[in-house]
This record gives sequence, structure tokens and C-alpha cells, in this order.
Amino acid sequence: MTGGSEDLAPRARSATGGRFLQQSHDLRKRPRPGDMLVQGLLFFCGAVSILTTLGIVYVLGRESLLFFTHKGVSLLEFFTSTTWQPSIGKFGVWPLVTATLMTTGFAMLIALPLGLAVAVYLSEYASARARNILKPVLEILAGIPTVVYGYFALSFMTPLLRSIFGRDVVSIYNTASAGLVMGILILPLISSMSEDALSAIPRSLREASYALGATRLETAVQVVLPAALSGVTAAVIVALSRAIGETMIAALAAGAGPAFTINPFRPAETMTGHMVRISSGDISYDSMDYDSIFAIGSLLFVLTLTLNVVSRRFVARFREVYE
Amino acid sequence: MTGSAVCQTSRPIPDAGCAIEARSLHVYYGIFRALKDVDLQIERQKITAIIGPSGCGKSTMLRSFNRMNELVPSCRTEGKVMFRNRNIYDSGVDPVEVRRRIGMVFQRPNPFPKSIYENIAWGARINGYRGHLDELVEESLRLAALWEDVRDKLQQSALALSGGQQQRLCIARAIAIRPEIILMDEPASALDPIATLKIEELMRELAERYTFVVVTHNMQQAARVSHQTAFFMMDADRAGYLVEQGPTRDLFTNPRDRRTEDYITGRFG
Amino acid sequence: MNRCPSAVSSINLPEGDDLRDFIAGRHARGRLWSTALLASTILAVIALTALLVNIVDGASGFVAIENAVDPQSLSVDGIALQDLESETLIQIIGSHVSAAVVRRLESEQPLAKRSRQDLYELVIERVVKPEVKQGWTLSESIFGREEIQVVVAEQYPKAQLVFRSWLSLDFLTSPQSSVPERAGVRTALLGTLWTLLITIALAFPLGVGAAVYLEEYAGDTFLNRIIRTNINNLAGVPSIIYGLLGLAIFVRSCAPITSGAAFGRGDPTTANGRTILSAGLTLALLVLPLIIINAQEAVRSVPRSLRYGSLSLGATQWQTIRSHVLPQALPGILTGTILAMSRAIGETAPLVVVGATTYIVIDPSGPFSKFTTLPMQIYQWTARPQADFRRIAAAASLLLLVLLLAMNATAIVLRNHHSQKGCL
Ligand SMILES: Nc1ncnc2c1ncn2[C@@H]1O[C@H](COP(=O)(O)OP(=O)(O)OP(=O)(O)O)[C@@H](O)[C@H]1O
Ligand SMILES: [Mg+2]
Repeated sequence: MTGGSEDLAPRARSATGGRFLQQSHDLRKRPRPGDMLVQGLLFFCGAVSILTTLGIVYVLGRESLLFFTHKGVSLLEFFTSTTWQPSIGKFGVWPLVTATLMTTGFAMLIALPLGLAVAVYLSEYASARARNILKPVLEILAGIPTVVYGYFALSFMTPLLRSIFGRDVVSIYNTASAGLVMGILILPLISSMSEDALSAIPRSLREASYALGATRLETAVQVVLPAALSGVTAAVIVALSRAIGETMIAALAAGAGPAFTINPFRPAETMTGHMVRISSGDISYDSMDYDSIFAIGSLLFVLTLTLNVVSRRFVARFREVYE
Repeated sequence: MTGSAVCQTSRPIPDAGCAIEARSLHVYYGIFRALKDVDLQIERQKITAIIGPSGCGKSTMLRSFNRMNELVPSCRTEGKVMFRNRNIYDSGVDPVEVRRRIGMVFQRPNPFPKSIYENIAWGARINGYRGHLDELVEESLRLAALWEDVRDKLQQSALALSGGQQQRLCIARAIAIRPEIILMDEPASALDPIATLKIEELMRELAERYTFVVVTHNMQQAARVSHQTAFFMMDADRAGYLVEQGPTRDLFTNPRDRRTEDYITGRFG
Repeated sequence: MNRCPSAVSSINLPEGDDLRDFIAGRHARGRLWSTALLASTILAVIALTALLVNIVDGASGFVAIENAVDPQSLSVDGIALQDLESETLIQIIGSHVSAAVVRRLESEQPLAKRSRQDLYELVIERVVKPEVKQGWTLSESIFGREEIQVVVAEQYPKAQLVFRSWLSLDFLTSPQSSVPERAGVRTALLGTLWTLLITIALAFPLGVGAAVYLEEYAGDTFLNRIIRTNINNLAGVPSIIYGLLGLAIFVRSCAPITSGAAFGRGDPTTANGRTILSAGLTLALLVLPLIIINAQEAVRSVPRSLRYGSLSLGATQWQTIRSHVLPQALPGILTGTILAMSRAIGETAPLVVVGATTYIVIDPSGPFSKFTTLPMQIYQWTARPQADFRRIAAAASLLLLVLLLAMNATAIVLRNHHSQKGCL
């Protein structure tokens, strides 16, 4: 009906915008270069995140490869040896890993029970008013820069530990102090995410429990908490990954020198702490030191990425059931 | 001594009489009055239906029978609810025990996200059941006419059941702890007609032993299953009140109140 | 027992006194646990309080100051030192400082041309030479005043005990120094501001663009699903990994650009990529996922009907987004951006890796300057063993927290303002 003959139609219908209305009679698809361009630009913005990931993988991969092609470095030694002493060519990552595990362990020791308790308290016990005050307060706790926590570890936690256990038992730098303060750091992470999961549990489930004659504790611990378990698990795993990747507290308080020890009161350098210390000197590119921090970085990346992916699985499962 | 007189006797008081009774009951949500001066008797081992237009406080009425309303922070109750010669709103009475005696089934099925078996066993366990759990689970499921459907998948998640099955599971869960009264808030509103019929049948069977209070929007259902019917309305302030109460047959065939007649013949509401 | 004709059997539940005891026991357990839960919550709040108190505690307190020369002895004709004229101050410098040092000072800037204030500071620095012998925390100063006085009298008889707030105007405006009493955060603050500027200039448009793409254009294709998953995973990558990325890509590979050499703007003394630009780019990548996630949420919360209304008038998709969706989502996007910036402002590890500088006294002048930032400064000062550096680390931490609080307050105000408007 409306062919391509619109241009030939008389143009005298109305002085104001006759042409504009005529054009809109043509229902053909029109190329809109402006819109295409915008869409392309926006796609590029989205793609930057992919580029970032590719960049991380490329950089970590390449430098790690370089590291393992150095003379005297082997993958086997890296994963089995318990000495990290670049000066004598020993590159066993275990001392750094155990220190990381120790700080992370101490962090979870604090943050897991306390964080869960806080979450349960906030979602099941606290009044709406108390919750509206406490939740933001804990989120402030999570927003404080980690370097400030590092200061706190050195100037408060370590002296505290030393005054409790004795100055000759506890060194100035030790993994216990770093780990405990890390626990305070990730506590709000666990409590906030878990609280979200707990309060996402529908009221009807709580009512069902109360209607059977359950007490508040029984409802909270035996009905609501298990129902939110996948959400809570996700929170805990995210916190775990955060603790493993946490840097400044470890760099300041855990000690400056790789040491293979399981004594939490002795200094021992974590993976992240080592990376910061090595790179904060003016290291020359192409040196062993330079390459080694990328190898450690790769290990850290793989560890935390795995944890994050697992955590997202749990979140997805939780959503499937309750959203 | 005064701790909980509700549980003085261990077996239900013989048939005749009143299982639970509201006396001058007022319920408020904040400053809003949802129920005004309700006097309502529920007969023992009978099915009582509560009907009325939406928002007139039927659910509120039901929930004040087992103190579920107090889970709503803004809710306040005045007046008395007498159960076993005791006002359940007395300060000495424990809501946990009240709810152990007066069970509830909700409008939407709300099974716990646990296994079918656990759904039933859990209530008994927290209430100190010392017998054989498997037997109890089986018996409860049989009573709720669900046993044949689920006997092979007791350990599967209850969330995998259909809506009707879930609702019957909730009924099984409620009767597993042998309450004296079972409150049901539109138990069939989320179900298809067949599942609805099954549940009605079930209620009639169980009424030989239990007292039922059922909220329903469905007149036919009320007429079909209940022995007694209470009709609620709300006044100009949207506060709900009891219009009349009586044997179902009388109320439906020969209502005393004009408003009841209008409502059940569908002239308003 | 089987009174009822139906199949319902009685079961063995506690009754009577048994029931009463049983329920009482459960309630007791409930109370015990609820106390424990409350205690845990209180403990968590105490931890936060301890952190804040610890920092405030460290940021001020008594110090014992010992002067090499008593300023009173320098007053001339009864006029106190701080009120003396320039000429007199120059005389004092001449008579107390060795000729070689005076020559050096003259060559930096002739003394006669310096302002009176500068000269006065020079006298303090070179002649009076105040030295903090020992410092105490605020709590020690409040609760142990007598003991401190005794200690000072015994150990530093010549010293004066004065109360000092380490976070002062001087602290904000002085450059770094190797002497804690004179060190300030001016260079670090400027570095932080410059870095944030670059971060925001890059991350904001990219982040909002990506969010709009994902929410408005992206279909459920394989590629888009990858982008979505990827953004969520990036948000969980430890920040030090971003530091490594920045080090390898921006600092090293792109050195000609990031050092400014390609534009002939580089700092000839350093000519490497460890510049504000590299730091800003690194932080931009780090906060990008956060901005995207927040902006996505803001865009998603704009009602569908608004889009339909606009599209039904014949607007193109981009016209709809630009004139309806984005303005509606803007407050939410801004709130999210501020929160992301407050993350960026406290980041330390990636900047230490990228920047790696320890001691800078020259103000940064642009994207190609070497830099230090507030958190890097806190890190370096905390890492020093001397107690006085801890004090200025505390002061700088306090400053950082105040900045953060201001940013968060802005975000909250913005959000509340927006939600009020939404109700109208
Ligand atoms: N938790 C609550 N907070 C505040 N008001 C409430 C709450 N629950 C119910 N109400 C109010 O109390 C009144 C009665 O509510 P109720 O749920 O008892 O009505 P109903 O008769 O069950 O209605 P329906 O048939 O729609 O289920 C209503 O006006 C409702 O708005
Ligand atoms: Mg209702």
C-alpha cells in the first residue's frame, strides 16, 4: 500500500511538519547509524571487563611461565618444597601458603561463629529498630580500609596478645594477630550476607514452625538456618576468599620473611604479604623476584577464583529455591 | 502452680461443650482495630467455618486462637480466649504450649525445605516425642491421605511435591503432634477442585477426633464440610465483628440476620 | 485409650508436669542461646569501637619536647621569638647555624627574600630544633598524667610536656618528612585526589555504559552471559592481583604512555611508568565491576512502563534510555559510584605494587607525576618501628576515615533524597 512513492505526494498538507508525518508513513526499516554507534560503544564498555580478565590471565600466565623457565626453578619444587629463599635459589611456596592458611584460619575462627551469631541475632531476634542501627554500623566496619586494620593489628592486637601470652612467646610480628584482625574485617561480610539470606526466608516458614509449638531458638536454628544454608555457605566462602586475598593486614602484622612454621605467635609471611614486600622495593623487571610474585599471584588468583565460583553456585541454588 | 494450668489434664475432655472460646476479643494492628468485641464459641470435635468478606478479620480471628498474632510486632490483643478454663492470653501462659495444643494449617502450603520425613518428624521431635518416629510418620501421612503418594520418596525434598500434596503434608505435620484444635486458613485456596475435595474428606474424617476451625471464602465448601458457621463483617472503620454464629444448616437456610442473608446469597461482599 | 473410632492413636508426648518441665528446659536453652547471640553482636560492635578508639587514641596525646635552644633565650629586647622582624630572624640564623648550611639555604632561596613566616619556621627547624623525646597516647595522657610528669622530670629534665594533636592543619599542609613531628600528608592527599580523578573519569563512563548495555541491549546470548558472569567474578578478585596487572601492563608495557614520555610531558628524573596515571587506570579497573553492578541495579529499578511510554511515542531505544531511563537511574548510579570511590580511596595493596615509591616531597602536578597516597602513607608509617610514626599513621588513618565517612554520608543523603522524590 505505502510504496516508495511518498516523496512524490503533494507537500501541501500542512505547513507544520507535513514532511515529518509523511516520512513516518514509510514502514521500511531504516538504518540508524547513530544508534548503531551508541550500541557498539556500550558493548565495548561491557567488553572491557572481559579484556580485564583476559589481561589478568595473560599477565599472570606469561610471567609465571617465565618464572618457571628460569634456571633452577621447577614446578615440582614450587609445590613441594618448604623453603622460600630466593637468595639461594629456593622457591618452595609452602611457607607462604601455610602462613596464608594460618591467618585465614584465625580469621575464620573469629568471623565464622561471631558472624553467624550476629546474622541470626539480627534477623531472628533484634527489633526492627536495632537492626536498622546495627546493620549499617557493621557495614561501616566492612568499609574501613584494610590498611587501617593493619595499623590496628600492630598497635592494638599484637600488644594485647603479648600482654596475655607473654612477650617472649609472642613476637612483634605474628600470624595470630593478623588473623584475628582479619577476622574482625570479614565478620561483617559474613554477617551481612548471611543476614540477607536469613531474612529472605519467607515468614510462612517461621509461622509453620511456631504453629507446631517451636520456640524462637528452635525456629531460628532448626528451620530458618538450614533453609538459608546455601546462602550462608556462599557468604562463608566469599569471606574465605576475601581472607586469603587480604593483603595489608598480613603485610603489616604477620611478618616480613617467609617462614615455615605452624606457631601462630611466630612471624611468617603470607603470599600476599610477600608480594607487597617484594614489589614495594624498586624491583627490576625480568628479575627472579619480579617473576616470582606473578607465580604467587597466579596461585592466589586460582584459589580465590575457585572459591568465588563455588560461592556463586551456592547463591544460584539459594535463589532457585527462594526467589 | 499457676505456671500452665492449660495442661492439667492429659486427655481431651469428653465430647460435649466448647473447645475454645473468644470473649470480648479486640485485636489491633498499631492503632487500627481489626477485630471488635468478638464473642465466639468453637464446639469440640466439630468443624466450624468462618466466613465473611475479604479484610473482615477472619485470619486475624483464627490467629488469635493460637497466639500467632503476637509474631506481628504491631499487634495487640484485648479480651480473653478461653481454652481449658484458662485465658491463653494470661501472662502465665506459654505461647509455645498453646501452639503445641492448637495447631495450624496455612493458606499457602509451607513445608520446611527438608525431606518429607523430616517435615513430620521435626515437630514431634522438638515436642519431646519418645516413641518410634517411623511409625508416627507413616500414621500421620496415612491420616492425611498422602502415604500412598510418598511412601517411596520419604527422604526426598518436600518442595518437590505438588501444591495439593504439600498442603496435605502440612496437615499431616499438624496432626503428627496430636493437637486438640486445628486451625485452617483457607487451606484449599491454592488447590484444584480434586485436591480440595480430598482435604475436605480428610477434615470430616479427622473431626471425629479433632476440633477444626476453617476460614473459607467458598460458601459451598462451608456448607459442605462444616457443622457450625460464624459470619464476620466489617463496620465503617473497617473493624471486623461477628454478625452471627450457628449450626451451618440453619445459617445457610434460615439466617437470622439480614446481612448474613445478603452475603450468602451473593448480594454483596 | 482408644476412645475414637478413627485410626488416630494416642502418642507418647510429654503431658502434665513433664510437659511443663520439658518446655521450661527448652525455654532455658533458648534464653541461654539468645544471650550468647546478643553477646556476639555486642562483641562485634565492641571490635568496631576498639578500632575507632584505638585510632583516635593514637592520634593525640602528650609529648615531651626538648629544644636544643630555648626559644625564650632567643627573644630580643623582650620581644618573643614569633614576633621578631625578618632581619632579626636572619641574624639569629646567622649566629646559630654554620656558614656552610647558611650558604646552602641562600642558594635554595636567598634568606632576605623569604617571608617572615618562612624565616620563623627556619629558626625553629635549624636553631630551636624541637625534638619529641617521647609521646603518649590519649588514654595514657588522660589516665596517667602524674606518671608521665614523673617520667618526663626524671628522664628528660630539659623537656617540656605539651599536649599535641597529631592531626592538625600543619599535618594537612606539610609535605612528607623523615622527622615525624614535621611530616604531613599534603603530597599524599594530592596524590589521592589525582588518582581518584583519573579513576572516576575512566570508570564512571565505562561502568555506566556497560550497565546500560547489559540491562537494555544485551540479549541472553552466550557472549553476554559470559560478560555477566565475568563481572561478578572480577568483583571477587583480590585487589593485589589488579596491582600485578597494573604493574605488568600500565607500568611496564605502556611505560612510554604512562610515563608521559610519548607526549614529551614526562618527569625526566624518573621516566618510568610508576605514575598517577598508572595508579588511576589500575584502580579504575578495580572498581569497574562494583560500578557496573551498582549501576545495573539502578537501571533495573526504573519501571518498565516508563520505557514503554517513551517507545510508544516513537522514540528510538537510545532516545528512551538517554532521556528517560538514565535520568531516573542517575541518583542510584551516583550513589553506587560514590561507594565504589570510597573503596578506591582506601585501596593500598595495588598502589604499593604499582607505585612502589616510598618517599616523595614534591607535590604531584599531573597524571605523569610520581605519587604517594593517603593509605600508602599510612602503610609506610605504620611499618616503621618508631613510635612517633605510629602517631602520624593514626592521624592519617583518622583523616582517611573522616573522608570515607563524608563520602558515605553523601551517598546516604543522595539515596534518601532520591527515595523521597520517588514517593511524590
Ligand atoms: N500484619 C498486619 N499489619 C497490619 N494490619 C494487618 C496485618 N494483618 C492484617 N491486617 C489488617 O487487618 C484487617 C483484617 O485482616 P485479615 O487478614 O484478618 O483479613 P481476612 O478476613 O483474613 O481477609 P482475607 O479474606 O482477604 O484473607 C485488614 O484490614 C488488614 O489490612
Ligand atoms: Mg485471610
